Amino acid sequence: MTLGVPRWTLAVAAVGALFIVLPIVGMTLRVEWSQFGALVTSEASVAALLLSLRTAAMSTVLCLLFGVPMALALARSRFPGQRLVRAVVLLPLVLPPVVGGIALLSTFGRRGLLGETFEVLGIQIAFSTTAVVLAQTFVALPFLVLSVEATLRASGARFEAVAATLGATPGTVLRRVTLPLVLPGLISGAVLAFARALGEFGATLTFAGSLQGVTRTLPLEIYLQRETDADAAVALALVLVAVALIVMVATHRPRGLS
Amino acid sequence: MTFEFAAVLRRRALDVSFTVRPGETVALLGSNGAGKSTIVEVSAGLLRPDSGRATLDGQVLFDLAADAAGRGRPDVFLPPHARRTVLLAQEPLLFPHLSVRDNVAFGPRSAGQSRAASRLLADEWLAAAEVSELADRRPGMLSGGQAQRVAVARALAASPRLLLLDEPMTALDVAAVPAQRQLLHRVLLDRSVILVTHDPLDALALADRVIVLGDGRIVEEGPTRAVFAHPQTDFTRALTFGLDLSAGPPAPISSV
Repeated sequence: MTLGVPRWTLAVAAVGALFIVLPIVGMTLRVEWSQFGALVTSEASVAALLLSLRTAAMSTVLCLLFGVPMALALARSRFPGQRLVRAVVLLPLVLPPVVGGIALLSTFGRRGLLGETFEVLGIQIAFSTTAVVLAQTFVALPFLVLSVEATLRASGARFEAVAATLGATPGTVLRRVTLPLVLPGLISGAVLAFARALGEFGATLTFAGSLQGVTRTLPLEIYLQRETDADAAVALALVLVAVALIVMVATHRPRGLS
Repeated sequence: MTFEFAAVLRRRALDVSFTVRPGETVALLGSNGAGKSTIVEVSAGLLRPDSGRATLDGQVLFDLAADAAGRGRPDVFLPPHARRTVLLAQEPLLFPHLSVRDNVAFGPRSAGQSRAASRLLADEWLAAAEVSELADRRPGMLSGGQAQRVAVARALAASPRLLLLDEPMTALDVAAVPAQRQLLHRVLLDRSVILVTHDPLDALALADRVIVLGDGRIVEEGPTRAVFAHPQTDFTRALTFGLDLSAGPPAPISSV
């Protein structure tokens, strides 16, 4: 069935789409193609790209590990202060990333809340690759929680109730019914989290700094290059756009189309 | 398996006690909100009553006091998966990501049987429900009637001690109802069953006894034909209006 929508919505939608597409096109037109290869394969660029991919992948794994149980707690159980907990968990969505970076520094930094404890154990988190992963996880986690929680609510608890009366323990229900049912939300949530982690800038710079090969991810490298070599910055920006686009197109499908 | 049930749930204004004898099918009748589905949910362990006690085959399913401190024994509440009280709901609720065979094998698998043994058992129950040819399909490819037959097979494969049927035919296409009713008639023999229904025909065809609920309490109960022949409440009188029960019991169904 094709349901008609008023034509003016399509016109407005086209303007909105152009608003996103045009800047990408504009940037692409500014690329110095003759030097593109050399610019994106420089040692600093490759180091930044590999670091970005590695840390974003690790952040996504952390998001899955902690985000799925968080979504389950929010969608399937009731506890006092649940609304407040949800609001706090989703806070990084609306917080400026630099504020997140300051918060992380105040907690895991050398003089931070837990920093001294880690110091005693010989672990220094701030300004290390670990700090990059923590910063990315901090900003990306809400995307996964939100996506999985929405899917859990939409799928309802009725399948799980039937599974339980058929003799399945809560663990079996989670493994054989709940997780397979929310798989689409899980995948799109993980993709969003990965994309967000890949683009992370403010919290990373504040909490992890900008050390080549250690904490200087691709967004940081782009910002740095912009100061000295605008052509290199544009070329790298295009690489980041391409990576993000590949990830989104390959895995992200809107719900209801699968 | 004898099922003895007594429960109070103030939130839903429920205060009911009754017994299902071994091999007996008891139909729960009553208007919407009378407490039929609440009884099913409490029996299955999906809902916790304020107080009451239920036993199945001598095993305590729940034993809850209004004030636990005031009596000698502790509260008991078995979770759904430990009860073997299988629920068959209005919607078939087949797991969409599993094949029909794996759906039916879900109960035996959860009980710890091997994959091969579970599938063998699933095939037996699919044959009993006359839907063997659907075994390899996904639930999304089934008609409503087919899906509900598979749901019956899945419920029975879990070897329930008490089967809970919550309006199992309400969501079906009218044309699919008689066949489903005959299937249930065949497989419910000699089982302990609670059947929630709105249809007096279902009660007549499937239930040995009916319990009529009104506002969370039992207002009428007895053998199906006796209650329907001499209804004591307005609800039952209206429900059975036009049914002629003078002709004696129906002839046995020879073929499905």
